[in-house]
Amino acid sequence: MIELWFAFAAVMVAVYVVLDGFDFGAGALHLTVAKSDTERRQVLAAIGPFWDGNEVWLLAAGGVLFLAFPKVLAAGLSGFYLAIFLLLWVLILRGVSIELRSHVADPMWRSFWDAGFAVASTLAPVLLGAALGNVLRGVPVGAEGWFALPLFASVRPSGALGVLDWYTVLIGLVALAALLHHGALFLAWKTDGPVHARSRAWASRLFPATAVLWIAATAATAEVAPRTFEGVAGKPLVWAASLLLVAGLGTSFGARRLGRDRTAFLGSAAFLLGTLAAIAASVYPTWLASTIDPAYSLTAPNSAASPASLRAGLYWWPFGLLLALAYLALLLHLHRGKAKAAAEGEGY
Amino acid sequence: MTDPLFWHRLQFGFTVAYHYLFPQLTMGLALLIVYWKGMGLKTGRAVYDDTARFWIKIFGLNFALGVVTGVPMEFQFGTNWAAFSHYSGGVIGQTLAMEGIFAFFLESSFLALLVFGERRLGRVLHFAAAVALFVGSWLSGYFIIATNAFMQNPVGHRLAADGTLEIASLVAFVLNPWAIAQYLHNQIAAVVTGSFVVAAVGAYWRLRGEHVEVARVSLATGVVAGLVASLLVAFPTGHNQGRMVAAHQPVTLAAMEGHFHGGARAPLAMIGQPNVAERKLDNPVQLPALLSWIAYGDFSADVRGLTDFDESLWPTNIELLYYAFHIMVGLGTIFIAVMGVAALQLARRKLETSRWLLWILLLAFPFPYIANTAGWLTAELGRQPWLIHGLFRTAQGASPTVHGGTTLFTTLGFAGIYLVLGLVFVWLVLREVAHGPQPLPAGRPDAPDARALSGNPS
Ligand code: HDD
Ligand code: HEM
Ligand code: HEM
Repeated sequence: MIELWFAFAAVMVAVYVVLDGFDFGAGALHLTVAKSDTERRQVLAAIGPFWDGNEVWLLAAGGVLFLAFPKVLAAGLSGFYLAIFLLLWVLILRGVSIELRSHVADPMWRSFWDAGFAVASTLAPVLLGAALGNVLRGVPVGAEGWFALPLFASVRPSGALGVLDWYTVLIGLVALAALLHHGALFLAWKTDGPVHARSRAWASRLFPATAVLWIAATAATAEVAPRTFEGVAGKPLVWAASLLLVAGLGTSFGARRLGRDRTAFLGSAAFLLGTLAAIAASVYPTWLASTIDPAYSLTAPNSAASPASLRAGLYWWPFGLLLALAYLALLLHLHRGKAKAAAEGEGY
Repeated sequence: MTDPLFWHRLQFGFTVAYHYLFPQLTMGLALLIVYWKGMGLKTGRAVYDDTARFWIKIFGLNFALGVVTGVPMEFQFGTNWAAFSHYSGGVIGQTLAMEGIFAFFLESSFLALLVFGERRLGRVLHFAAAVALFVGSWLSGYFIIATNAFMQNPVGHRLAADGTLEIASLVAFVLNPWAIAQYLHNQIAAVVTGSFVVAAVGAYWRLRGEHVEVARVSLATGVVAGLVASLLVAFPTGHNQGRMVAAHQPVTLAAMEGHFHGGARAPLAMIGQPNVAERKLDNPVQLPALLSWIAYGDFSADVRGLTDFDESLWPTNIELLYYAFHIMVGLGTIFIAVMGVAALQLARRKLETSRWLLWILLLAFPFPYIANTAGWLTAELGRQPWLIHGLFRTAQGASPTVHGGTTLFTTLGFAGIYLVLGLVFVWLVLREVAHGPQPLPAGRPDAPDARALSGNPS
């Protein structure tokens, strides 16, 4: 049952990254791919109906942690205190920028929120990536199961630790590149005209950046957090996920060259899912590795809620997940086809 | 001032009070929007759709602010109250996760359809979108209240082997009697806010002689719903809340009433200032024996006073608790009077010409916000010194590794961000009110459109 809840949590996070990832990518790129107000509205028409639902995957992932691994939620959120608030503020800026921009037809008003949208959408992937970097690197969990990390302590990912060091920043940058690539492919799929053309051009520029950074990050992880690779030979799930990520990355490249925009986007989604699944499968059962003493690490078995609570959750949670997926499918269906800039007052 | 606990409490209280300014209107308006869309379907009169269209626009703005201020709340359980989250996650994690998966997905998925889909969806589906938003927002209200109710009156749990809480009965926990009482009262209170806001805007347009038709519908809906909700919020739901408190938190009831010395035929304080040092109420104006009746349904019942309890069990801020409660109840009484008179004038078809009354309706809209905030202050201050009543003290709940200075920093950050957001929000709403209702852009509203919503199928 603990394995199952670990898998649920991993699935929620991975789906969150795939879905909100395209919002972030599109938001970070929109100043360059969409030049006029109409083009900006076209980008917003593509992501507007989705962004809030996408963000809920993050909340729901938090919900799963709260329900199934309360100690991980408590230690993680309080340990990364400042970094979490930075992320929350960035998400506030992103949300209001999307929702408020089109309420007033004034160029200065719109430029302001467009800039806010771009800044927030660029920072969020870096922060999320850095968070992943911290999880991989390990944090100074003490004997009581708590830790506190300053934002920055030293450039080196060892000794006195902070949220940001060269390794976690590198992971943040991979995340940024991968999500920019993802967002560009999404826009290529969901738009036409000049935005479509520019998005495709950006996707082809971002592909090599993503691939190179991804390889660098994998090598760095082997160096900084060798335990991630320990025993992977005996973990078939890691191999399956790796296969998925390689196939996905290949598809995102090949399909784009063939002009199959939707397939290319799905390839990128598979790449992100595969990467996160491979990480989850290789770090399992560790949630937060302690850099002080491995015995202090928060693992799935030692931080799970009691079996009674986990069982209670199983009665309703899978049903909720199916509903959420059904809403998503319905939304995708209703908003199928290319997004068009809406008339004033009729859309984002 | 360096006590982290103080800052955690201030931050949580401030951010949640601010967040709740938005959901109360969301939930109240959602109900009224369903009514207008339903009337539009039934009668075919365009004025209902015009009214709904205007209020859906306000709803969308309000919802956006509710979302961005709600997301931080969800995380603050972990960032600020880590020890509490660890201790109780096995229980309250259930309802918080249910809220995400059953309510937030529903709301967030259908919001854009409601706000932007009128022309493309056609009447029936647009009505369905309004219903989806109503169900989603009222569901999210239930799950968060069930979470809060557990903290007020823990049921359905037991202590697990590792010293944290676990579920003993999911059904007992989710259907906590306190949650049901609190939910009914809180939702009706949200309808009070919604009705007052709708009536105020209707009154404003009517006073200016603008948008006469939509103003009339807004006024009528606001006044009728406002009267019904104001009555229900006091009786039976408010009364029930009081009886819950009397049954499960007697010391809280004593503090809410400034009732220091127990005894039979306990009086209800109308006016008076609690003087905690001297253990008495200064300048009291009291109704004899009424508190006994409210709390136990018997005029001669014995109601215990604060001095009957150990001081370590007293709520920590008795004065504020007392005033918060009295402000809520006092305003509730005034709401009944205002909406009663307005409904009378409406029935006599004189509301629109009673300018003095329209002015009162216009100026009244902030007060339900004050009453709602005061109500939550009552609930939350009354629970002190417990985080989970009888089980877990507030002082035990804070994050062990977060310092006061850090929490002050993030609190100031929220204060700044929320100030700006609030100003922008108010400005945008006022702008929409000044614009008034807008007609549906060209296109046939009745034909459910086969095409996709945001463009043509490729
Ligand atoms: C428009 C808002 C409004 C109005 C007019 C009233 N209330 Fe209220 N009240 C609320 C809005 C509210 C609230 C914000 O919704 C609270 C906070 C928690 C909750 O569930 O409801 C609340 C809580 C609350 C509590 C606290 C329960 C606790 O300690 O946990 C009591 C005893 C009452 N109410 C009783 C009343 C009575 C007797 C009223 C008579 C007029 C009344 N309320 C009017
Ligand atoms: C929206 C209305 C709400 C308001 C205005 C409100 C207000 C407050 C205030 C003022 C405090 C500080 C109390 C003190 O320090 O003495 C507080 C504390 C707290 N509230 Fe609420 N609250 C609301 C809803 C909720 C809900 C729905 C929950 C739970 C799901 C909740 C959970 C908490 C927690 C965990 C604390 C911190 C511990 C404590 O001080 O008891 N609140 N709230
Ligand atoms: C600690 C307390 C609270 C937490 C953690 C919380 C959390 C949240 C979150 C995360 C959202 C955004 C959902 C989205 O992205 O779509 C939200 C919105 C909402 N919340 Fe809260 N909330 C709290 C208090 C309350 C209370 C007391 C109520 C009402 C009873 C309430 C009702 C709603 C509703 C109806 C929405 C929909 C959006 C809106 O109304 O603006 N919340 N809340």
